[in-house]
Amino acid sequence: MDYNVLWFVLLGVLLAGYAILDGFDLGVGILHPVARTDEERRIVLNSIGPIWDGNEVWLVTFGGALFAAFPEAYATAFSGFYVAFMVVLFALIFRAVSIEFRGKMKSSRWRTTWDYAFFGSSLLASLVFGVAVGAAMDGVPLNQRGIFIGRFVDQLHMYPLLVGVMTAAMFTMHGAIYLFLKTEGAFQKRLETWMWRGFGCFLASYLLVTIMTLVKIPRATQNFQDHPWGWLLVFLNVLAIANIPRAIHQRRAVYAFVSSSATIAALVCLFGLALFPNLITSNPHPENSLTIYNAASSQKTLRIMAVIALLGMPFVLTYTGIVYWTFRGKVRLEHHSY
Amino acid sequence: MSALDQLMDVVLLSRLQFALTIMFHYLFPPLTIGLGVILVYLEGMFLRTGDPLYEGAARFWTKIFGLNFAMGVVTGIVMEFQFGTNWAVYSRFVGDVFGSALAAEGIFAFFLESGFLALLLFGWDRVGPRMHFFATVMVAIGGIFSSVWITVANSWQQTPAGSEIREHIVNGEVFLRAEIVDFWALVFNPSTVHRLIHVWLGAFILGAFFVMSISAWYLLHGRHRAFAERSFTGGLLLATVCSLAQLLSGDLQAKNVARHQPAKLAAMEGQYETQTHAPLYLFGSPDDQTGTVRYAIRIPGLLSWLLHGESAAEVPGLNDLEKTWGRPPVWLTFQSYHLMIWIGFLFIGSTLYASFLWWRGTLFDRRAVLWFFVFAVILAFVANEVGWVAAEVGRQPWIVYPTVVNGVVTGGLRTSDGVSESVEAGQVLGSIIMFGLIYLLLFFLWLMILNDKIQKGPDLPRRSTQHTHPFLEAATGLVDHTGSLTEEKGRAPEENG
Ligand code: HDD
Ligand code: HEM
Ligand code: HEM
Repeated sequence: MDYNVLWFVLLGVLLAGYAILDGFDLGVGILHPVARTDEERRIVLNSIGPIWDGNEVWLVTFGGALFAAFPEAYATAFSGFYVAFMVVLFALIFRAVSIEFRGKMKSSRWRTTWDYAFFGSSLLASLVFGVAVGAAMDGVPLNQRGIFIGRFVDQLHMYPLLVGVMTAAMFTMHGAIYLFLKTEGAFQKRLETWMWRGFGCFLASYLLVTIMTLVKIPRATQNFQDHPWGWLLVFLNVLAIANIPRAIHQRRAVYAFVSSSATIAALVCLFGLALFPNLITSNPHPENSLTIYNAASSQKTLRIMAVIALLGMPFVLTYTGIVYWTFRGKVRLEHHSY
Repeated sequence: MSALDQLMDVVLLSRLQFALTIMFHYLFPPLTIGLGVILVYLEGMFLRTGDPLYEGAARFWTKIFGLNFAMGVVTGIVMEFQFGTNWAVYSRFVGDVFGSALAAEGIFAFFLESGFLALLLFGWDRVGPRMHFFATVMVAIGGIFSSVWITVANSWQQTPAGSEIREHIVNGEVFLRAEIVDFWALVFNPSTVHRLIHVWLGAFILGAFFVMSISAWYLLHGRHRAFAERSFTGGLLLATVCSLAQLLSGDLQAKNVARHQPAKLAAMEGQYETQTHAPLYLFGSPDDQTGTVRYAIRIPGLLSWLLHGESAAEVPGLNDLEKTWGRPPVWLTFQSYHLMIWIGFLFIGSTLYASFLWWRGTLFDRRAVLWFFVFAVILAFVANEVGWVAAEVGRQPWIVYPTVVNGVVTGGLRTSDGVSESVEAGQVLGSIIMFGLIYLLLFFLWLMILNDKIQKGPDLPRRSTQHTHPFLEAATGLVDHTGSLTEEKGRAPEENG
């Protein structure tokens, strides 16, 4: 494995980390309206209160690592999807702000406004992330120099939109399971229904996306022929998905949460495998694609970065562990809660 | 070209957008870095002395810290992606070098900060005091780490080192970009250390003035006296030391700028003509048309002396430097630089005077002095901002500064060449409007909530001086649990001491 492949994998790890962690964060936001009373809403907010910021750092670090390892891809993707990224930034800002500011005033009008903002921004961010992944699978028009030459609205076909819907459904399911773990009583009962609904929507959109991928994106299937171990991923993915309803049914929520996390991780891996070795596929003119070789930094930089990652990642995992351990268990509202 | 056409220029708009977003972001990080150090001190003192006054103070400033931190995070996310969205050509050019610093910031600093922040804000009742103190130290270190990496990135862009311009080929098209040849030379490029020290001192000054401002306000209103006196004194000590150090550090930095970015120095000091006995302008208004500084008050020979230690030394002027280095906008660079320096001197004078009054024991009766410190924090924000404006506008027309090897300018990338190829002016304008509105809203919310916290004041044990079961009383004071991370328990603020 050379450094280019290593960084492709490490970016996949960062992306999977982000999708799993912020995935339930965003899902919790999408489910926010399920909470009816002010107390329930505060429980929802506080279930992610101490951790949402850390979860978002995975995205920030993904951005930094992409910049460093594959600057061509960073530049093309972010400037090409300018409007989409502005929408994501808009959503992420409002999400953070509504978490922080909702509890600051007693007025119910104030709180309701931020409740809407929290729900809307979470849904919007999930959708746009999904659309971006879908557009990447589909490929975008690049010129020979690897610069995006289309318009973002032209990328909004059926396929990316469907991936967007699937992402939102998946995060909703993931978030419902997480909230189920964090709550008790009648509210928890209602969330059980939402776990099922989330799962149902996810399954339906997942099947549609799979079919469309097989039909529309021959390159994805091609990669599985070249790398037969990819089928193992598919198998694991199906296994993880099948495990979710089983675990929910048995009321083993931790198990369900592990399964939905595994599902997300497997999907990110499949996405990576379908893309490999491209970072941004050109469509039409696949020969213009940005790959992990022509978009990469120099070998020396990739090596330095690998050292940085090797030194840093154990620490990152330790902090994350400490924080999740400290705030384990059901949500308790305390005086410094949101 | 009409005025409107001129405005609808992607380069100009992208520059405006960068200035807007970074200047708004930079209101908060220096504040949290400065407050972080103060939190470490307060909690450390609480652990050592067990005095509940320190604990109350630590809890109060932690809430304020949390609010500022959230603002820093929200505005920082924009920054991370801004290079790619608006400066794609620049990103392709520098990614190999600059990207690693940004990635290191994420891995080493942001994870550290955001992880332990959770313990700092929400962990009071979940972890022991020692663990909590540890978390506070980690958050403070995280802030400092993050300033290290981002400053390395910026300093490299100002004074590149440890890198080489090489060819890179994408699908048969050849282009040039900067690549790392020596990582440590990159990290310790000629301006990193100077800039880092100066940035830290600026952050400590801001944190100290912030604490002094709120404390002075309490003192003026006769509230929380014991708490406010102690906070003010601590802040004053930090501010005095750092203001003096800032002058020293700034002087060293200016000499360094003269060596590596002579055109920037000439713009900061308004030097159009190359001359010996170069004067220092205390005030003035540089005029590009005539190439002179108008309405000037000058001290002849002082600039030569400050830079080279003798008043006869020659200082090159813009008219000669322009050929090699290009010409930055002089007026803005000059004014922002001078404003920073005047504020610096004002801080030195006022903190020394206040320290003298403190030593005489009359400080807390001098209402005029206290009122000055209520508002001086605004100047501390301004100094931090205009310092950067001087540094960044003075860097123009380069987005990556060139280096001179044997008299030949090599490398470098012009700002006008750095923007994204595929972005249109309308899109940039749209995002400027979006960020402008959001930031306006955020700014007002920030002020409102800050004001709310200050009005409610710290939650201190009653009569802390007599130690009558302060914790029991604090516990019975908790009538209402609807607070939030930065909000007060529903207890009426009360007097101390
Ligand atoms: C409280 C804030 C503050 C105060 C009181 C001062 N500065 Fe400053 N200054 C900054 C905050 C700052 C800054 C915002 O942090 C900058 C921007 C870039 C940098 O490295 O620090 C800066 C930049 C900066 C630069 C430009 C560096 C460059 O372009 O590379 C110079 C030469 C000085 N300063 C010199 C001074 C002097 C002589 C001061 C006299 C007391 C002074 N500063 C006070
Ligand atoms: C000298 C200038 C800068 C300093 C000292 C600085 C420092 C900091 C600090 C200390 C934080 C943590 C939040 C806080 O304490 O308020 C922060 C947040 C952030 N900054 Fe900056 N910053 C600077 C400029 C930039 C720039 C130019 C970028 C763009 C790459 C950037 C990107 C970010 C990001 C992405 C965050 C959010 C991190 C999180 O989620 O924890 N910053 N910055
Ligand atoms: C944190 C305090 C900072 C402030 C207040 C600041 C301020 C500014 C301003 C006012 C501009 C516009 C200048 C002009 O176009 O004439 C600018 C441009 C820019 N700055 Fe900074 N800056 C800061 C830190 C940084 C850092 C840490 C970096 C890099 C890591 C950076 C990179 C840039 C870039 C890439 C541009 C756009 C290109 C240009 O106009 O030169 N800045 N900044």
